[in-house]
Amino acid sequence: MPLTGIEIFKLLPKTNCGRCGEPTCLAFAMKLAAAKAELAACPDISDEVRAKLEEAAAPPIRLVTIGAGNRALKIGGETVMFRHEKRFENPPGFALLIRDSMDESEISARLERFNQLEYKRVELTLRPELMAVKDESGDRARFEATVSKVKENTDASIILMSPSPDILAAGLKVCAERKPLLYAATRDNLEPVASLARQNSCPVVAKASTLDELARLTAQLTDSGVNDIVLDSGARSLRQALEDQILIRSTALSKRFRPLGFPTIVFPGEMTDDPMKEAVIASIFVAKYSGIIVLSDFQGESLFPLLVERMNIYTDPQRPLAITEGIYPVGNPDENSPVLITTNFSLTYFIVSAEIETSKVPSHLLVKDTQGLSVLTAWAGGRFVADTIAPFVKKCGISEMVKHHKLIIPGYTAIESGSLEEELPGWQILVGPKEGAHIPAYLKTWQP
Amino acid sequence: MAYDKIPKTAYNGRIKEIRLGKGDTAVTVGGETCYPFYLFEGKMPNLPRIAMEVWDTSPEDWPEAALEPFQGVTGDPVAWARKCVTDFGAEMICLQLVSTDPNGLDRGADEAAAVVKNVAEVITVPLIVWGTANHDKDTRVLRKVAEVNEGRNLILGPVEEGDYKKIGAAAIGYQHTVIASTPIDINLAKQLNILLGNLGVRDELLIIDPTVSSIGYGIEYCYSVMERIRTAALTQQDKKLQYPLICNVAKEVWKTKEAKLPADGALTLGDTRKRGILLEAMSAMVLLLGGGDVLIMRHPEAIRLVQEIITELAAPKNN
Repeated sequence: MPLTGIEIFKLLPKTNCGRCGEPTCLAFAMKLAAAKAELAACPDISDEVRAKLEEAAAPPIRLVTIGAGNRALKIGGETVMFRHEKRFENPPGFALLIRDSMDESEISARLERFNQLEYKRVELTLRPELMAVKDESGDRARFEATVSKVKENTDASIILMSPSPDILAAGLKVCAERKPLLYAATRDNLEPVASLARQNSCPVVAKASTLDELARLTAQLTDSGVNDIVLDSGARSLRQALEDQILIRSTALSKRFRPLGFPTIVFPGEMTDDPMKEAVIASIFVAKYSGIIVLSDFQGESLFPLLVERMNIYTDPQRPLAITEGIYPVGNPDENSPVLITTNFSLTYFIVSAEIETSKVPSHLLVKDTQGLSVLTAWAGGRFVADTIAPFVKKCGISEMVKHHKLIIPGYTAIESGSLEEELPGWQILVGPKEGAHIPAYLKTWQP
Repeated sequence: MAYDKIPKTAYNGRIKEIRLGKGDTAVTVGGETCYPFYLFEGKMPNLPRIAMEVWDTSPEDWPEAALEPFQGVTGDPVAWARKCVTDFGAEMICLQLVSTDPNGLDRGADEAAAVVKNVAEVITVPLIVWGTANHDKDTRVLRKVAEVNEGRNLILGPVEEGDYKKIGAAAIGYQHTVIASTPIDINLAKQLNILLGNLGVRDELLIIDPTVSSIGYGIEYCYSVMERIRTAALTQQDKKLQYPLICNVAKEVWKTKEAKLPADGALTLGDTRKRGILLEAMSAMVLLLGGGDVLIMRHPEAIRLVQEIITELAAPKNN
């Protein structure tokens, strides 16, 4: 449990030396409790107290970084079982599997897919993060060559997969600076794999066949100085795998059980041979608590829905996604096309633009910044009323883009039409439908 | 360190069991004593069920992938429903009364009720009848549907705050189940259930529609509202939320741009047909994890995937 400022204060040297930058130890303790200061700033703290404070301050699920640099993936650090309790923090990474036994052309095709599959949505770039290279040949040189191909041709974070510490070491030799994730330390190879992780400061997967065995394994790993751990409970039946994901998270959060306080990795491709089913199974683990989802393969049709689902589930429930204020063309609008206005709540924008598209009437869609609020909420909060809409319409430049000066406002803001006509001289205000679904019918009657 | 601190959710509630349809092919849903598929903590005596969607008029905006399985029957709701049952093994049918939309074809109540009756007569599985969410029109149409199909235990909706009295009364009078529909809000859902209860709708004749959407179009809101409804029902003894949940998801998925977009060979978009199927199956999966008991789905392949996964999630543990 996190300590209070007073509890921390009791452990500090109480010298009020000021070298931490705070006037007193009490002030420093208060800042520590609020996570606004670093323990390292205190020069006099004993190792014993440091360990105690670090233990208390550590998050219940450790934040683990896979890879290095810009593309590094952070997983773990979760604090709740349900997103409505606060939010989910760090979206799971998607990994594309490459077996070193695959032929050249298959490997190249996968590298190309990995690099090309990238999507823009709500001004975010959605893409997979990891490539998992699996030793199947048992051949050190072959594994090393495959890893090096992945390293040279992609900026992916890498997972090295082999039961053999020697083969893992061969892979590490070519990509150690990428801080790859080692898969996996088991009961049988714990010490050599742990030693590779220590020497290269790499994260490592602990793999067992039960949660009990897994907890013992991670305790051994942390005792040996390896702290960046990812968990594989070993379950390959869907039911058991889901149960393990839930129990690992809930044990770490509600019981503060450190040995399971790590992010997890799952392998939907080892639960089915059907690629479509694999993708749907992966969608379960996006919502239910995985840190890394390794896919035996992916294509645009399967990766895209997974990436969007992940974005949805990991959206902060308290902070709606918003898009930039501006003029958005739908279809290829010209100077005679209708002009509609809505708010910048991303969902509102998606629905309105999709309905305009359905209508097949090319239109200019004005999106007003309402700090991510939907039409009714923004209107009620004074952010989508004549006083704020009019200045935006004037300055956004739409006047020069259309010959007619007709503005279609959402049906729910009909009451603003009078004031808008006053504040936008020369514009005629038309009241559109209340519901997005009725936009197509409405637009079909459009006359410039 | 030994793992001996297995946590357990403190459940104190149970979802009511309701029986949909009549006779041998009636389907029971609900009865859960744990979160969806948390079978290490409780029971799901009735696994979630899937109703196949049938439209009462030829769909104009369905992508090819969704139309293809129903080629030749999409203009005939009776043949369409029969095909769903015989060819695809549908356990339930949901007839969407799209043609009654006043902003569309605006077909009358009598005609709609006759179509429902014709469909009901050729199938034995439970029949869900879904209006257009226009209060005036649904009131006229669904009351007529209820009357003409007296005693069949149809599942009628959406019944909303703006039209619950008249539709609810008709459902009570002619013995049908009510779909209590509210816009993604736990408090509104509870309030409507209370109103329907006060009106006289019996507990075993009510199912909640929390209003759902697809991946990419706000599914996270539905997911969280469903999770909150289940949390209140199972751990906070909120009796007025202890009802099964129904999710009318297919039409939300297949109307999206992403389900329709032709790939034109672009690697990023992949195969159009498979993309639509996966969007539907994954959206359904998210809603199942939120607590969905009945899913209204469209593509037979998406349905197969979801059914197989439901079976696996509930498979006996002996591996």
